[in-house]
Amino acid sequence: MGTRPSVGGMALATRTDRPPSLIRSAWRSTVGKKAVMAATGLVMLAYLVAHMMGNLKVFFGAGEFNHYGHWIRTIGEPFLHREWFLWTARVALSASVVLHGVAAYQLSRRDLAARPAKYAHRPRRKSYATRTMRWGGVILALFVVWHILDLTTLDVNPNAQEGRPYENLVASFDRWYVSAFYIAAMLALGLHIRHGFWSAAQTLGAGSPRRDRALKTVANALAALLTCGFIAVPLGVLTGVVS
Amino acid sequence: MNLTLRIWRQRDAAGPGAMTTYEVTGISEDMSFLEMLDHLNEELILAGDDPVAFDHDCREGICGACGMVINGRAHGPERTTTCQLHMRHFRDGETIDVEPWRAAAFPVVKDLVVDRSAFDRVIASGGYVSAPTGSAPEAHATPVPKPVADLAFEHAECIGCGACVAACPNGSAMLFTAAKVVHLNVLPQGAPERASRVLGMVDAMDAQSFGGCTNTGECATACPKGIPLTAISTMNREYLRATVKGGVRRGT
Repeated sequence: MGTRPSVGGMALATRTDRPPSLIRSAWRSTVGKKAVMAATGLVMLAYLVAHMMGNLKVFFGAGEFNHYGHWIRTIGEPFLHREWFLWTARVALSASVVLHGVAAYQLSRRDLAARPAKYAHRPRRKSYATRTMRWGGVILALFVVWHILDLTTLDVNPNAQEGRPYENLVASFDRWYVSAFYIAAMLALGLHIRHGFWSAAQTLGAGSPRRDRALKTVANALAALLTCGFIAVPLGVLTGVVS
Repeated sequence: MNLTLRIWRQRDAAGPGAMTTYEVTGISEDMSFLEMLDHLNEELILAGDDPVAFDHDCREGICGACGMVINGRAHGPERTTTCQLHMRHFRDGETIDVEPWRAAAFPVVKDLVVDRSAFDRVIASGGYVSAPTGSAPEAHATPVPKPVADLAFEHAECIGCGACVAACPNGSAMLFTAAKVVHLNVLPQGAPERASRVLGMVDAMDAQSFGGCTNTGECATACPKGIPLTAISTMNREYLRATVKGGVRRGT
């Protein structure tokens, strides 16, 4: 830039313009949008770890599981009003889902447009987890809608007794096709996390040659742990361990 | 060696193109892939046909001019440039598919020649150090630790051939841009423009028709110079650091 001759008696050219808003300029770039996807993905991942651990209480009987379900509503009392924590978490998670999905949609459109002509000789396919991220994500979003209607709002639950999550859960998973859909969705979740966690680390700049193996190991471990932990519940119901 | 070639022929930027089949005979396995195409072109010219257009310059693997997708892989089956790929890596009687780089940002000019000036626009937005260049400075005037010099050099090896964009399912230029950003940003000479460089180059990259990164790693696999995939993570870190610090874009 350098100094410009002053015009109209303007003093020094050292004015400090207000830079464009951080969030706006980051959201407009592909790198910033990916960072939003990575951060929201990690928020959802952290929630899933807690969710999976809570689910395993189902193996300790209706009393403990229903008590746990009740406690979630009272977290933070008496500092927080009843269900304030729950609703804060719900808002944060909904915002994460929306931001994650919108960023994925916008980036995917751009990605597809960037390769208008396909190769006649198809290159080797990349890993299954990597190339199922988009459709896997769509399947997971549809699963979440059904999952909330089934076990949160109880609209499609065969038992539908408020305050009795254990009985609702067992009634739902007693239908084999519901369990099958749930298990399929959890396998999709495992694949999504397998590529997603490692990819999020790259996007947030945590990747390095030294850390690469550790990051891949953590990604695989998280994917396996969450998939197995979630699948254990419908398997428990189907085998009669949970009834 | 006798080979069947299926080559993308396209008369000009506007025209439609098609894979066209040619038979070549008497190919030595010591020929480079470009020499094999030279051989084909000589026959085409003698037969009064239009020779296959392709980019090439140094033929030493250091200039980045050549590049084509051979059997679905940028620069073919070996980690090298097309000019340094030898016919011994193919079998006698093999059918070889030869296509141009495919990306919205790299429009086909003719046959296997694509317009890569999108890369030049990315470089022009920050892929340099603003310093008076006269006679070379004294080499020890600015000490650079050996590991840093090695890291910079590893990324400076990028020759801008575009194989990363051609191999990426999203036609993304992240590896190219990251190589340039990391090369200069880790060096003391590049430090003063560290923030404006990464912000400007990512902006310029996004302003072209390149896609985004989905961390498939296809780029680093295709790169004839072995630019590591971690370059992308380092550039992401530089970008986020510059954004959080409110880094100013060049010229604003």
